[in-house]
Amino acid sequence: MNPKRKQRLLIVLFIVAGVGVAVGLTLFALNQNINLFYSPSQIAAGEAPTETRIRAGGMVVDGSVQRANDSLEVGFDITDYEHTVHVRYTGILPDLFREGQGIVAQGELDKSGVLQAVEVLAKHDENYMPPEVAEALEKAGKMPKPTGQEFNK
Amino acid sequence: MADSKWMPRWFYQLASPRWCYQICGKLLPWFTVAALALLIGGTLWALIFAPADYQQGNSFRIIYLHVPSAILAQSCYMLMAVAGAIGLIWKMKVADMVAKACAPIGASLAVLALLTGAIWGKPTWGSWWVWDARLTSMLILFFLYLGVMALNSAIESESTAAQATAVLALVGLVNIPIIKYSVEWWNTLHQPATFKLTEKPAMPAEMWVPLLVMVIGFYAFFAVTLMMRLRNEILRRERRAGWVKELLLSK
Repeated sequence: MNPKRKQRLLIVLFIVAGVGVAVGLTLFALNQNINLFYSPSQIAAGEAPTETRIRAGGMVVDGSVQRANDSLEVGFDITDYEHTVHVRYTGILPDLFREGQGIVAQGELDKSGVLQAVEVLAKHDENYMPPEVAEALEKAGKMPKPTGQEFNK
Repeated sequence: MADSKWMPRWFYQLASPRWCYQICGKLLPWFTVAALALLIGGTLWALIFAPADYQQGNSFRIIYLHVPSAILAQSCYMLMAVAGAIGLIWKMKVADMVAKACAPIGASLAVLALLTGAIWGKPTWGSWWVWDARLTSMLILFFLYLGVMALNSAIESESTAAQATAVLALVGLVNIPIIKYSVEWWNTLHQPATFKLTEKPAMPAEMWVPLLVMVIGFYAFFAVTLMMRLRNEILRRERRAGWVKELLLSK
């Protein structure tokens, strides 16, 4: 390769590597700000600010959903299988909401550590399957369920 | 040419606008047939024969548009950046033209991925848009394409414009691994990848085979649009060359 081209190649590689390092460091520094939600473990560890708008994400605990009879108010626990957070919400839940489903709730943590949610979104996992397969797996007790660590990705 | 032992002759000919124009012209019908067959076959397979999902029902079928367009939007960006780098280093005119032809196609594919994602997100998540890392980095990819196009048209001189856009495309290249790994590095609402090189897909074959057909079909379609744009660009840039005049007069 002639020296001129070699020099230009080095400049191009330098641009790509330099930008890569700069952006990498920035993203690393901003790590927590880029996360969409706090996990129940982070909330339990006091990493999430209280009385300001945050998002919390986790799996809805089986059997924890309580609905009011006369309003749309609903309460449930979310967990990452290490800690749980109680969520209260008034409104219509997404279609995919059910026990065992991953959700992300936006709201404020009150002083007692309950998340007063204003929005609840369902988080879909990466598993797709036809209904018959899901039924068979359910019967055999082999339904894939993400671990807390996987969910927090 | 010292290296001609290693590379076939036509590979070097691609560097000449005239030969590139002719080679693309020969390849075009084949890619067109492949793209049509794969896209029509894949769409019918995906919409009629693939089973519905146990949770999302039929709404999951938008994956057959969403995933291929998202993959292609990123592949197209990489091609644009690599072509731009080749143009910068070797001062190859055809590489500049490839980079220029990539931008509008990539931008359209990025829009398609964002739109289909939003349409799927509303019934599944309960929201059209969330500012999570995956969605935001994909939006940045779209803006990068717009930036490349705007910069290219803002500079009068063709070669200066090609240099400037190549640098911008190379700077934006850092976004590609961020899109890919956003769902692993940070917690996001977007689910992690269903397909990993090291594991078997989290989806049965009757669902992912049509998806694979659609992805290959999108690649073929991308090749068709790219070659058509490239041929136009070659004719426009080489309009003063003798062979172009001959070609146009003979038609």
